Amino acid sequence: MFGKAIAAEQLQDRIDVAVKRRFADAALSAATAAGASYCDVRVGRYLRQFVITRERNVENIVNTESTGTGVRVIADGAWGFAATQDMTEDAVAEAARQATAIAKANARTQTAKVQLAPTPGVGEVSWRTPIKKNAMEVPIADKVDLLMAVNEAALGAGANFVNSLLFLVNEQKYFASTDGSYIDQDIHRIWAPLTVTAIDKTTGKFRSRDGLSAPMGLGWEYMDGRPEDKFVLSNGLTTYGNSYDMKEDAIAAAQDAQAKLKAPSVKPGKYDLVLDPNHLGLTIHESVGHPLELDRVLGYEANYAGTSFATLDKREEGFKYGSEIVNIFADKVQPGSLGAVGYDDEGVKTKRWDLIKDGILVDYQTIRDQAHILGKNESDGCCYADSWSSVQFQRMANVSLAPGKAKLSPADMIAGVDNGIYISGRGSFSIDQQRYNAQFGGTVFYEIKNGKLGPMIEDVAYQMRTPEFWGACSAICDASDYRMFGSFFDGKGQPSQISAVSHGSSTSRFDGINVINTARSLG
Amino acid sequence: MSILSEAQAKAILDKVVALSTADETSAQLTGGVQGNVRFARNDISTSGIVDDADLAVQVAFGKRVGVATINQFDDASLERVVRRAEDLARLAPENPEYMPLVGKQTYRPTDTYSASTAALTAEARARIAQASIDPCRGRGLVAAGFLEDGHTFFAHANSNGNFGYQQSTGADYTCTVRTEDGRGSGWVGSNVQDIEQFDAANDVQIAMRKAAASVDARALEPGKYTVILEPAAAAGLVSFMMNFFDARSADEGRSFLSKAGGGNKIGEQIMDPRVNIYTDPWHPEVPVLPWDGEGLPRQKAPIIEGGKVANLEYSRYWSAKQGKPETAGWGNIIMEGGTKSTADLIAGTDRGILVTRTWYIRLVDPQTVLLTGLTRDGTFYIENGQLKYPVKNFRFNESPVIMLNNIDELGRAVRVKADEGGTMLLPPMKVRDFTFTSLSDAV
Repeated sequence: MFGKAIAAEQLQDRIDVAVKRRFADAALSAATAAGASYCDVRVGRYLRQFVITRERNVENIVNTESTGTGVRVIADGAWGFAATQDMTEDAVAEAARQATAIAKANARTQTAKVQLAPTPGVGEVSWRTPIKKNAMEVPIADKVDLLMAVNEAALGAGANFVNSLLFLVNEQKYFASTDGSYIDQDIHRIWAPLTVTAIDKTTGKFRSRDGLSAPMGLGWEYMDGRPEDKFVLSNGLTTYGNSYDMKEDAIAAAQDAQAKLKAPSVKPGKYDLVLDPNHLGLTIHESVGHPLELDRVLGYEANYAGTSFATLDKREEGFKYGSEIVNIFADKVQPGSLGAVGYDDEGVKTKRWDLIKDGILVDYQTIRDQAHILGKNESDGCCYADSWSSVQFQRMANVSLAPGKAKLSPADMIAGVDNGIYISGRGSFSIDQQRYNAQFGGTVFYEIKNGKLGPMIEDVAYQMRTPEFWGACSAICDASDYRMFGSFFDGKGQPSQISAVSHGSSTSRFDGINVINTARSLG
Repeated sequence: MSILSEAQAKAILDKVVALSTADETSAQLTGGVQGNVRFARNDISTSGIVDDADLAVQVAFGKRVGVATINQFDDASLERVVRRAEDLARLAPENPEYMPLVGKQTYRPTDTYSASTAALTAEARARIAQASIDPCRGRGLVAAGFLEDGHTFFAHANSNGNFGYQQSTGADYTCTVRTEDGRGSGWVGSNVQDIEQFDAANDVQIAMRKAAASVDARALEPGKYTVILEPAAAAGLVSFMMNFFDARSADEGRSFLSKAGGGNKIGEQIMDPRVNIYTDPWHPEVPVLPWDGEGLPRQKAPIIEGGKVANLEYSRYWSAKQGKPETAGWGNIIMEGGTKSTADLIAGTDRGILVTRTWYIRLVDPQTVLLTGLTRDGTFYIENGQLKYPVKNFRFNESPVIMLNNIDELGRAVRVKADEGGTMLLPPMKVRDFTFTSLSDAV
């Protein structure tokens, strides 16, 4: 029994590749015998670790493990999918037959047969996130000590409450298909969020300040907090690149949370916004990443996530998505990014490609069964499933704003702004189902007056219409300011699945953006 | 794996408890079969069945706690998950807030199972998709939708001898119908425990009518309007607000239910006196499991009574610390309404806006539960009791607390599932001074 074969494993161990190949071959054979014209198999082992703390307590330490096999087939021109957690060759073969039966049931109502863009079989290959230190192997005591030190530092700096967490993910994914690929991958991600809250009991007012870290496709080395990875503004605000100083950020968060209690409320109106990469990433995600997913454009997500304003005719007519300095690319290869893999979840080798070139819409993100609609003869490699039990579908690649070509620092940029607001960190975010109208908050806001960073302000949110917003992009800092924002739990699809994706950018300026005041009174 | 019987589930859980060397052990075993069919562009796009189960084991040595989960159930895997939880617990510092496990409890079962839903086949799912697509084909309409059904079991046990087991079923259907030219969009949703109560061919007609009627939407100035929120539209706001009824946050001064100067707002009038919200695990339309995550038996309890805060949700630790009786976490939310349908509310409205659905709702300010989001898939101007014309979608910035102070009228409550929330019973509601802050070009 396979169950016994893995029983002695520890958290950092892996299922033997030969065993995974046996399961895969069992499914491929069973599907083919049942009449499938294509089959892919994903044998997955998904490990997660959460360390959850508040103030001086560790609230929970959780290790999760989920193992199973998902089988996807095309039969009679339609898709079918079945998954089982029963790790036996018989069960996997049965899932393949079940998937084929489902495909045949669906084929009876289907008018258009599935067309797959060709993907060469790659034989037996492997890929691993290029981490320096596997976070799963770091002793729990070290993780607890770190978070306790972080919390103590925040409390000492004026926090009334502090929550800090570690989320660690390791996806051990084995993919095989009737195209002749057997791909073994070992994917790692890390996130260290924190939230500090300050309260004024007399007035009942409370304010929180989240950490300014980003989830990354890195190992434990992300927690090193190396000086060269810090980005410091003239007022001392520090954000982070390829490593994170969590304790330093916790102290700053506590001070900021106290400052937020007293900060003046923004006067609504038009402002020039200077957006830190740790904020701008989410705006890129919502207003560029999602609308340029081909499945949304075509209507496959119409019932839930929605469609897109960026319809195919806009690509043909050279739609002006943004100003001429806006160059946005997609990729699944940036080192340290959440989206980086060697091959996607339908066996396609990953790459980088342009979405917006000199402000003009030039391409979308797509997968094997939709590439032909764009006239492409290959997938972009954007297929992903969040579990062995989820059917893979088109998910966002890393979508990033290319840095400016001319030398420009955030300080230089701020010096040119007369009436603006500097925003860092993620806040409230919401966008319509075609990705036109969006509203974003942030973590910290600073007034900019006559080229100088002023005091912290509060109750800021900006409202935008996507093409006007990107059209208002008037300056982008150079590559020395480039860093990645991350979304660890991006939801899409029905049943809803999560995925993790990064968005790189340098600090950027957007002119004349509408800012609203979000303060209300409950009386 | 499929559905484990009570005896099978108990055998696994008993083994887990017996394997543990910790002072206290609790385990939850959940699983089942989830089927789904997804369609778009008037064709089925994906469809599948997932058969899975998960075992979560929590152990404690004194106040040192560890949790591990696994989805394999052979003896070696059970031993591995227990040892892993024990290893974590030994490494964990003491959690002063750890509460000893609940003792042996008695649960009054709730009626959460329907045989017809459990028996749903891939062919039946395909027929539901077909019933949604067929009426749209050839009429210039395009259907996209999703049906997900599940037959699940939930079992839990602990080292104090407590045990519970129950099966549940549910099905959730949503369908968006758009005009081929992309100028109109309508939506319908149906959430049932018993699939016999659902008729896709009937439901899809609602989405089709709204899609056709929403073409050529006119732009109205953003501002404050009287709105009629259909139950699905109200659900997004109300379910979001219900996340903030935690007693500890209120007592700690970081909730809209905190009082200036300290303490919480239990007993205070915070909404219109017609607002009554409660939880009831046995409610025939929205039954839920009779226990909470800690194994405490759920009870019927008021939350908002006559617009006053009647209860907050207490963790076991916080209730002990505050000297309150231990109560289970809430499993469902029921808001009482009147007797009128949405159509009746429209008929009684001189001027207003009908909102079919709300979308992408996010918290802007926890101090006031200010939420932002958008209308979607059927927004219409009402004049003299009739839908006069479609209007462009709006972004709103509104607090459900303020909204529930501005009630004109409540209709008949129905079972509904919020886009990003759980199943609840909620009335359509007519609300004045609802705040729209900008227009959206999205259809």
